Amino acid sequence: MKTRFIVPLVAFVVLAGILAYGVKRAPEKHFIASVMVGKPVPEFTLPSLTEPGKMVTSKELHGKPYIINVWGTWCYACREEHSALMSIQQLGQVPIVGVDWRDTDEDALAWLAQLGNPYSHVAVDKQGRLAIDLGVYGAPETFLIDAKGVIVHKHVGPLSVEIFKRDFEPKLKEQTQEGAS
Amino acid sequence: MMLPELGHFALILALLLAALQAFFGIAGPQLGKDRWVAAVTPAVAGQFVMVATAIGCLIASFVNLDFSVRYIAENANSALPLGYRIAAVWGAHEGSLLLWIFLLACWTLAVAIGVAKLPKRFGARVLGVLGFVSFAFLLFTLATSNPFLRLDPAAPDGRDLNPLLQDPALAIHPPMLYTGYVGFAVAFAFAGAAMLEGKLDQTWARWTRPWTTTAWAFLSMGIALGSWWAYYELGWGGYWFWDPVENASFMPWLAGTALIHSLAVTDKRGLFKSWTLLLAILAFSLSLLGTFLVRSGVIVSVHSFAADPTRGIFILAFLVIIIGGALTLYAWRAPLLKSQAGFEFLSRESFLLFNNILLVIALAVVFGGTMAPLIADALHMPTLSVGTPYFNPSFTTPILPLLALVSLGIMSSFKRGRLGEHRRTLLVTLGISVVLALAVSFGVFGGPRILTPVGFTLAFWIVLTSLVDPIDRWRRKLSISRSIIGMTVAHLGLALFVIGITAVESYTNEHDIALAPGQTAKQGGYEFRFAKLEPAEGPNYSGVRAQFIVSRDGAPVFTLNPEKRQYWVQRSVQTEAGIGTHHGTNILIALGEDLGANKWSVRLQLRPLVNYVWVAAFVMALGGGIAASDRRYRIARSEASEAVSAGGVVEAK
Repeated sequence: MKTRFIVPLVAFVVLAGILAYGVKRAPEKHFIASVMVGKPVPEFTLPSLTEPGKMVTSKELHGKPYIINVWGTWCYACREEHSALMSIQQLGQVPIVGVDWRDTDEDALAWLAQLGNPYSHVAVDKQGRLAIDLGVYGAPETFLIDAKGVIVHKHVGPLSVEIFKRDFEPKLKEQTQEGAS
Repeated sequence: MMLPELGHFALILALLLAALQAFFGIAGPQLGKDRWVAAVTPAVAGQFVMVATAIGCLIASFVNLDFSVRYIAENANSALPLGYRIAAVWGAHEGSLLLWIFLLACWTLAVAIGVAKLPKRFGARVLGVLGFVSFAFLLFTLATSNPFLRLDPAAPDGRDLNPLLQDPALAIHPPMLYTGYVGFAVAFAFAGAAMLEGKLDQTWARWTRPWTTTAWAFLSMGIALGSWWAYYELGWGGYWFWDPVENASFMPWLAGTALIHSLAVTDKRGLFKSWTLLLAILAFSLSLLGTFLVRSGVIVSVHSFAADPTRGIFILAFLVIIIGGALTLYAWRAPLLKSQAGFEFLSRESFLLFNNILLVIALAVVFGGTMAPLIADALHMPTLSVGTPYFNPSFTTPILPLLALVSLGIMSSFKRGRLGEHRRTLLVTLGISVVLALAVSFGVFGGPRILTPVGFTLAFWIVLTSLVDPIDRWRRKLSISRSIIGMTVAHLGLALFVIGITAVESYTNEHDIALAPGQTAKQGGYEFRFAKLEPAEGPNYSGVRAQFIVSRDGAPVFTLNPEKRQYWVQRSVQTEAGIGTHHGTNILIALGEDLGANKWSVRLQLRPLVNYVWVAAFVMALGGGIAASDRRYRIARSEASEAVSAGGVVEAK
């Protein structure tokens, strides 16, 4: 009878354990953020959102620099980022490959129809496999991949044209210069 | 100027006084030392003076722009206007903590004045628990987050306040929110004192109620201000995002709402005693947990700030001491509390019990969603991210029956297990509500979604049933207490809230388009003419301002001026949306990116009745304020002092 009064305490002890683990892991999260830079982009073959029946594969993308942008319609910061992606796409410097993360196709298609489609390809990542391989901690995250398929830069959080010009453009210029020489 | 050193020194003295307050307040009554008990109130007063001195020093240093203080160099700039220099005090972690401590000191002082008429030992225990909480926060601030640290050499100028925070609503949002959070510490302290005494009666509930309701009212306003700010300042197009930081403030609110209702039952009927205690502990624990989640970096949120794992460990340690301590006390003492009476199925008690169950389920839904990424990580499951697709349906499920319960609860009575003559009133009002809801859904808005008529029906039903009793009393020329007025106002606020949310969720119309000056766009029956684009200069930013002429059927409605600002010092770009309301529809225009060739991306949003959502929160808060000022809480105090003079023990009535 009296044991029910101990239940809240036990529940709290379990919670405190989880929180303690979370505190221990918190610094590693920032570490993971940088660990993928300089490594080849994980191989992937995922269904295309916009072209039913087709697949988006990492192999066919190699050979030219491109951007991977991880997003989802459930992610509100992605909405904030979207107009910036539209502008970056119009700059025409680099194609953007969207990874639609843990989303439904209907929602994603409606989103693109409503807000515009800045992506050259949209890969559907329902299980979040690619997002995990990329070490994504929360959408939106954006990766710059060079012509050899190596991740050269990662941006966490909403991208803006300013950030793109500051962080992505110089790296892209290096790429084209290397390609020319 | 030695102000920062003076402030630092005052904080250290406050820490010592808090330690004394905690020790004398908890140990004094336990050991029966009345001289220790008598020392508690002076310690409270002394601590208040010290904390007020400390925050006063920080404010003065901000106003003087003393850039030799690191916190000020990081959060202010010589171009920052005076008002925001003061708001910058709580613009980041260290100052927010000091604000928290200051508000706790204010509440504690108010409680010390309020409990002066209560039994001395009980009052000392309440103040002792508050002193313990204050001690923990002061220790945390001094050990890990001292805002008075000097910078050597001093910075020539500061980094400026985060532009997102340079906004009137956000300047007062943290003080409101914290007043609510910290206010739940008072309910927690009353619960702690009752458990230390091993006794909880109906008078205890009556003493606790006004404090809890006041705290809840402040929290309601704080959350609403934050939501309003996010709506127009961030321009993300919504009033709620289920972000972990928002959830952190919403969870104590849900627990507090349950607590208010459960306290009513404990007060009137002497029931649910141990449950009320648990809710009082829960409401404050969730306030603390919110602080932990926001500041430790444990959960990644879009607007998490000052994430620092060392601080995380410290906060976790005192979560364990304060919450763990309270729950241990609960496991030990709660079995002693027995409810004398039972209750019947269709009585108000039972409806309030269901209310509590549903609120706790809703709370569990929010808690689960917020903690899911962390739990998944701890169990080595794939990274999990939970968003609106989870929250909206899972939260709505317990809330819909809860809204129906409001009407049933209002129309039922304590003790009596039958609805009796109210059965007819309930059915008639429900019938009217259904007809009205269908008329509004189809007539005014044209074409509902599935939940549209349901939402409107429940809201109208709450309005009608809330008004039955006050109108009846007024016609019979009976007095209407502030408790009843307050409850009615708060429930009408809830109805307004439901109407707002139903309309917004059903009929929002938003699009992103590319537009050049001179062009016109049409949406939702309105025309938007992009009249011109001009430069806009502010004290610490430069940018562009667009002029949009909004018209309907050819007649101009108003002109909106969305801006895009570039803050010089922080080098960040901020959009200021242009917002206006026409016939209840909130029209928002946000300026996006410069697309080149004179074109701009522009977001046009039409949200009917979204203003109701924020207004409603203030109406609910107003209801809380009215109810908390009821005379019966003051009478309770004079009764208590009579009981003290009669023998020092207060018996249950």
